Amino acid sequence: MKRSSFAFPYGLWMLMFTVVPIFLIFYYAFTFMGEFTLENFQMFLEPEFLGILGHSLYLAALCTALCLLVGYPAALFLAGRDFKRSHIIVVLFVIPMWMNFLLRTYAWMTLLEDTGIINRFLEWIGIGRKKLMYTESAVLMGMVYNFLPFMVFPVYSVLAKSDYRLIEAANDLGANGAVTFWRVTLPLSVPGIVSGVTMVFMPAVTTFVIPRLLGGGTFMMFGDLIENQFLTVGDWNFGSALSLIMMALILVSIGILNRFDPDGQAEGSGVL
Amino acid sequence: MKKILAAALALALALAALPALAAEEVNVFNWEDYICDDAIKLFEEETGIKVNYMRFTTNEDMLVQVENDPANYDVIFPSDYIIERLISKDLLEELDYSQLPNATENTLDWLKSTDYDPTGAYSVPYMWGTVGILYNKTMVSAPITSWTSMWDEQYVDNVFMMDSIRDTLGVTLKMLGYSMNTRDKDALNEAKEKLIEQKKAGIVKAYQVDETKDKMIAGEAAMGLMWSGDAAYAMSYSDDLAYVVPEEGSNVWVDGLCVPKGAKNYDNAMKFINFLCRPDVAKMNFDEIYYCTPNKGAIELIGAEEPELLEDETLFPTDETVARCEFFHDISQDIQIYNRIWLAVKSAR
Repeated sequence: MKRSSFAFPYGLWMLMFTVVPIFLIFYYAFTFMGEFTLENFQMFLEPEFLGILGHSLYLAALCTALCLLVGYPAALFLAGRDFKRSHIIVVLFVIPMWMNFLLRTYAWMTLLEDTGIINRFLEWIGIGRKKLMYTESAVLMGMVYNFLPFMVFPVYSVLAKSDYRLIEAANDLGANGAVTFWRVTLPLSVPGIVSGVTMVFMPAVTTFVIPRLLGGGTFMMFGDLIENQFLTVGDWNFGSALSLIMMALILVSIGILNRFDPDGQAEGSGVL
Repeated sequence: MKKILAAALALALALAALPALAAEEVNVFNWEDYICDDAIKLFEEETGIKVNYMRFTTNEDMLVQVENDPANYDVIFPSDYIIERLISKDLLEELDYSQLPNATENTLDWLKSTDYDPTGAYSVPYMWGTVGILYNKTMVSAPITSWTSMWDEQYVDNVFMMDSIRDTLGVTLKMLGYSMNTRDKDALNEAKEKLIEQKKAGIVKAYQVDETKDKMIAGEAAMGLMWSGDAAYAMSYSDDLAYVVPEEGSNVWVDGLCVPKGAKNYDNAMKFINFLCRPDVAKMNFDEIYYCTPNKGAIELIGAEEPELLEDETLFPTDETVARCEFFHDISQDIQIYNRIWLAVKSAR
């Protein structure tokens, strides 16, 4: 038996659950009642739908930027050489991921509610209630919270593997901390940033449960729109067209990102 | 290589044959929080039939599933206008009343023949109720009597609307003096503008369905658009809450028990429906979910144990309230217009 036969179960899996569904999406997207049409795509050009897409891209970009802003220093800190107990911190980062993200998001609801823990505390210290739930900030916060590890780990693993002697050399040659960071550490970590950005942006732009729970259904994102077409409206054709548009957008953004990482070192995104 | 392929094929065939070997079962597709769990257990114990229980949140969600694959379910719980639609699309099996003595004996007469199912051939009523406003007496300036309160700017960020197209759009139409079943474009546009206005003014706190009752108990908002049973459930947990069917009128609805076309376990479905129509079981469900039971036997049992409940207008709407209300009807193709309006409301900023 050839060694490649061992991959057969996975090949079958891929065929059934990846290749066939993608064909089905194409079929539904380009047909209506079994006949070829481009109407599903034309419908998308209406301002409501473009608006929803635009807003989703904006929120996802904001979420990715925040994750990078918060996650990069954290990764830098974790990868720091003098830091002996980094593995404990890494474990602390991972522990929340052992729990399903839906449960964690529900937990946020009880924190942010008007009668929730944070507001009770604010009342107790005399500041008074603040509107925290059902806002765009709550949705954004939920997204950043859920996707942050996807930024920290790729950057951390690249930084941890990088050759510390390069930094020592920079110091020997008279570069101060800031210059070393800008000219040595940051460029070295680009592959990590690229895969981090990809891994945060993709789920962020297709998010659909977080806006419903933390935004109370008042903020519709592109993922919600697709879900709505399949589950409530029952228009699989338009839903498939929207899914195709989504996939195309993700492909394009990965393509653009990879230009920053010409060697294809980024983990997970180098395949394209 | 060929051997592996053969093995995989054999496995696939074996998997496909599995359901045939399984014991007696019945596939039930019901609303979220809409039955007493002990009633299901009791049915399983008494009959030995396994209940595969699935849940949905709104009629529209359920309809999409049932239209896709009706034979997947044996008993479904659609509302009046959905029953009308399913009948017109020939997606329901006729019920065999010889197997449903409890339904014949116990169903209230006025619900035996309805607009949506004139002879009762396709449905047995399960529960009925109204749509209204659940409000927190400590958070409103005066008792609520009108839908217009849900547009009142003093309640900014204090109103839960329902994430259900027909209900939310229906009460808006009612407030504007139109029928809840209108297909008139101008009336619908006016309602759409009203809903967008309400959202842009920041009055709407959230659009949701099953979460609202718990949030109202916690005092998260002054008002919520609710079904009467959910309202009664919330009121049983908090004395601050009150329920009203506004003066402009509202929706009265009936959820039926139906069998989709081609159901695989028709006889078990009959047993399950007949079981739900047994007075003691109907009362168990009433006690659990607080909706109005159409079961004469159960009403007698409630009257014997807790007669004051029969006086409760949230649990048992008066004739006068029902007279103000309207049933939903199937709007067939025009549901597309409703869907677009709802999308415009949900995505408005």
